[in-house]
Amino acid sequence: MRDQRLWTWHVGAGIVILVFLGLHMAIMHVDTLLGVFNAPRTEAIDWENVVHRAQSAFFVVTYVVLLGTALFHGLYGLRNIVFELNPTSGLKKAVNVVLLIGGIGLFGLGAWAAIASRAL
Amino acid sequence: MLVNKGRPNRLGIAGWLGGGRWGFERYLFTLHRVTGLGLLLYFLMHIFVTTSRAFGKQAWETAMSLVTGPLFKTGEYLVFLAFAFHAVNGIRLVLIELGFGVGRPIEPVYPYRTSVDVQRPLAIGVMVVAAIIAVLGGVQFMNSLR
Repeated sequence: MRDQRLWTWHVGAGIVILVFLGLHMAIMHVDTLLGVFNAPRTEAIDWENVVHRAQSAFFVVTYVVLLGTALFHGLYGLRNIVFELNPTSGLKKAVNVVLLIGGIGLFGLGAWAAIASRAL
Repeated sequence: MLVNKGRPNRLGIAGWLGGGRWGFERYLFTLHRVTGLGLLLYFLMHIFVTTSRAFGKQAWETAMSLVTGPLFKTGEYLVFLAFAFHAVNGIRLVLIELGFGVGRPIEPVYPYRTSVDVQRPLAIGVMVVAAIIAVLGGVQFMNSLR
């Protein structure tokens, strides 16, 4: 039952990622063609564009949502792959603990960076 | 409570590459996993690199200088390709999980028919969409190398 619920979240997270990562990819990788997200004749990673996005509440919220959903989706997918290899129950518990602590730690780091960058 | 006492997964990771008379969709499954693992690895590194922006312009530009050049640009485009494939194939998997694109249930009467033939146009369609996205990203990639 618990795994059914986690699988549903995994699929739901995939849909959320599709929207927000699609937007992120459009900004970072296709904007030469679209030309709507970044200042003319600049790269998405140029500092002025980074600051512009960092100060926008919309981008901060989308970064944190994308961070959380992508970490859950990716780490749960990794857990499924590892569990399919029939590890011992002790190893399964260890994998669960490592992925949970690692995921929370990475979420904390990324969310802190997104929120702290608003002061740039 | 139901307990799965079936045959364990004896093929392991080697089973991703081949294990019988597999169709196109079975290789999409393997590619979905490989691209997913690649995207996860990139994402974990991406969190650390982009966190540098919180420390100011100099830290950001130092971090960006470490991940520049044709090698990293090519790697970045491979990540983009993995994203394009994983995203559109993920849409296909969600549609199939919800029962779309697999045809109506039918009586199992000989000669048996497989729903794989019904699913095939969806699989081919999403690969065409992935290819279009890959080309659009490729144009930006080529521009960034100039």
